[in-house]
Amino acid sequence: MAAQAPTAPPRRRNRRRLLGEFLVNGTLFLLVALWTVPTLGVLISSFRTPWDIQTSGWWTILPHREWQVVEEFPKPEGVDPDGIMEIAGVQGTFEAFRQGIETPDGRRVVWVGNKRLGKIQIQERRWTVRTDFTLDNYRAVLGGKTFELKAPDGSTFTVQGDNLIGAFLNSLTVAVPSTVIPILIAAFAAYGFAWMRFPGRRLMFITVVALLVVPLQIALVPILQDYVKLNLNGTFLALWLAHTGFGLPLATYLLFNYIHTLPRDILESAFIDGASHFVIFTRLVLPLSVPALASFAIFQFLWVWNDYLVALVFIGAKPDVQVLTMRLAEMVGSRGNDWHLLTAGAFVSMVLPLTVFFSLQRYFVRGLLAGSVKG
Amino acid sequence: MASVTYEHVYKRFGDVVAVNDLNIHIEDKEFLVFVGPSGCGKTTSLRLLAGLEEISEGNIYIGDRLVNDVPPKDRDIAMVFQSYALYPHMSVYDNMAFGLKLRKVPKAEIDRRVHEAATILGIEHLLDRKPKQLSGGQRQRVAVGRAIVREPQVFLFDEPLSNLDAKLRVQTRAELSKLHKRLATTFIYVTHDQVEAMTMATRIAVMKDGVLQQVDTPQMLYDHPANVFVAGFIGSPSMNFFDATLVERDGKLEVNSEGFRLEVPEPKATEWRPHAGGEVIFGIRPEHIHHKEYAPPGILGVPLQATVDVIELMGNEIFLYCLTKDNRSFIARVDPRVRAQPGDEVELLVNMENAHIFDPKTEAALAG
Repeated sequence: MAAQAPTAPPRRRNRRRLLGEFLVNGTLFLLVALWTVPTLGVLISSFRTPWDIQTSGWWTILPHREWQVVEEFPKPEGVDPDGIMEIAGVQGTFEAFRQGIETPDGRRVVWVGNKRLGKIQIQERRWTVRTDFTLDNYRAVLGGKTFELKAPDGSTFTVQGDNLIGAFLNSLTVAVPSTVIPILIAAFAAYGFAWMRFPGRRLMFITVVALLVVPLQIALVPILQDYVKLNLNGTFLALWLAHTGFGLPLATYLLFNYIHTLPRDILESAFIDGASHFVIFTRLVLPLSVPALASFAIFQFLWVWNDYLVALVFIGAKPDVQVLTMRLAEMVGSRGNDWHLLTAGAFVSMVLPLTVFFSLQRYFVRGLLAGSVKG
Repeated sequence: MASVTYEHVYKRFGDVVAVNDLNIHIEDKEFLVFVGPSGCGKTTSLRLLAGLEEISEGNIYIGDRLVNDVPPKDRDIAMVFQSYALYPHMSVYDNMAFGLKLRKVPKAEIDRRVHEAATILGIEHLLDRKPKQLSGGQRQRVAVGRAIVREPQVFLFDEPLSNLDAKLRVQTRAELSKLHKRLATTFIYVTHDQVEAMTMATRIAVMKDGVLQQVDTPQMLYDHPANVFVAGFIGSPSMNFFDATLVERDGKLEVNSEGFRLEVPEPKATEWRPHAGGEVIFGIRPEHIHHKEYAPPGILGVPLQATVDVIELMGNEIFLYCLTKDNRSFIARVDPRVRAQPGDEVELLVNMENAHIFDPKTEAALAG
């Protein structure tokens, strides 16, 4: 073995490498924190009561120090609220006591209430954690009926539920067929364009891909007019057709690119083995295309789930067919200050896309074709 | 039973003629190898037979059946591809059973055939694995197994050994030959490696630029090549060629060139005399040029002097790269006991019994 060329001494190289890694990881961590922390805040707020949200921030669920009442007693005798008073060894005016006067040993004396009927509280800074969580927000938001909720001072009040469960199911009813139908059609089309020979193939393919350029807003009004004529307005079928139409050019293009890269040999071997185009498509091409199908399914599903414009235009105002995006928009309008409800609603709408994404993520792994063809 | 016949077959891709008037009849149970450099049309010819390409002109028969318009699945053939073309998402068993399932062969029969083929190829323990869990040699066997279970009339092989390492290649060559004898079916094999052709074929078809050069048994191709191309293609290192004239002098025939003068002994001289007086290409294989001291006895040896340029020690022999007096280079394979160094003058003996002459214009063999 020839002698190796001299390199930097190992310790110096390690230190430099560690510093580089530290910088990269540190930056990544900061970016991740920047994104995750507000989302975490929204999630935590969705579990807190409206009073908590209004009076303290969501970060108070972490251990922190705040003023807590250690003693409370009624207004002492012989104290004149209009002048300077002395209570618990501290002097000050009424206004000052209202604010709270700090004692030399770290406590605070506070007058709570008005001049005639009032209490004195001694407060200390203590480590504490606010952990009163509630599921009421979710119940209110998901349910359709009225709810009775309790306020901290014991009174009850009724709240009209927002029926997000209904809207959730509607969104599902819209999103699932709108993902499955374009994929099926596009898969067949992509296979035909990639591996079958027929006249006009190139022209048709170019036309389909060129339609990618058309923005969907152009087609909304004409399609709406057609739907009215066909009495399809306000039905789910209208949305399925619209999403299929808008999604097909991209689907066909993506799937064509993927199917085109499948090794020719495998298909020729199947031909010789006696397979027809249909058998090759169902038994070979579809199983091998799962990564492409999964990635487009995620893309289309998320797009349809989050879509507001198409649903607004074609579904209309009937409350029982409204999708999640439309209900959330209404909530913002009518209950703009009810952060506890908005945060709960937001997370209800996020649950499904997150599940879809994380469960299909592994299909992005490209290991599927390894081993069938040499080299 | 299936012979294969190509009758005036042409294949054109636009202006390029990939297969140019191919006429060949392959007997049943033959092992025929199409060999030639890249782009010579051998793979295209195979694909025309498989039905993966359409014939531009001509006819192809499998047995007595004209198969020009018959789709691949009905031609009763099986093909092994260079890249194996295994179905990656199926197990080895399913890969081999796929074609049979499509033809609705009963399950028991499929099972029998798959296990039999797996036993022949030594892959029974791999039947449940997926292709990506197999080595290159194992995948290649699965590809062969997939062809065997079909029990076709003709097996087609498209350079199946080119992706294996050298040692595995040698081993698999022998196994394929044994397989051919065992299955007793027509094998049509395409390769660019003349060693594979020589070792496995019953007959070899040499192609160049879409034209069939010569079809014959390996030994005949070696001993009596039809032209310069075949002579240079078969055998490694390849035949040495010299531009020379055939001269009659004092009743003796000589091969004359600037660097040497070789006498042509009887009975060769009688064969060659009709071409005396003309220019020829003189060909002699390296293995027929010996060192004077270690030449085998009884050969028709004619002396030749040359200068050694490069020596390659092969262990069992020495490749001597020599230069004639007019600095033309050639190779001689000599006995390993020869102790020559670059720059030395050596005395060589040319075995004229195995010499060839070719027409310089047509490059066809004149005699040899």
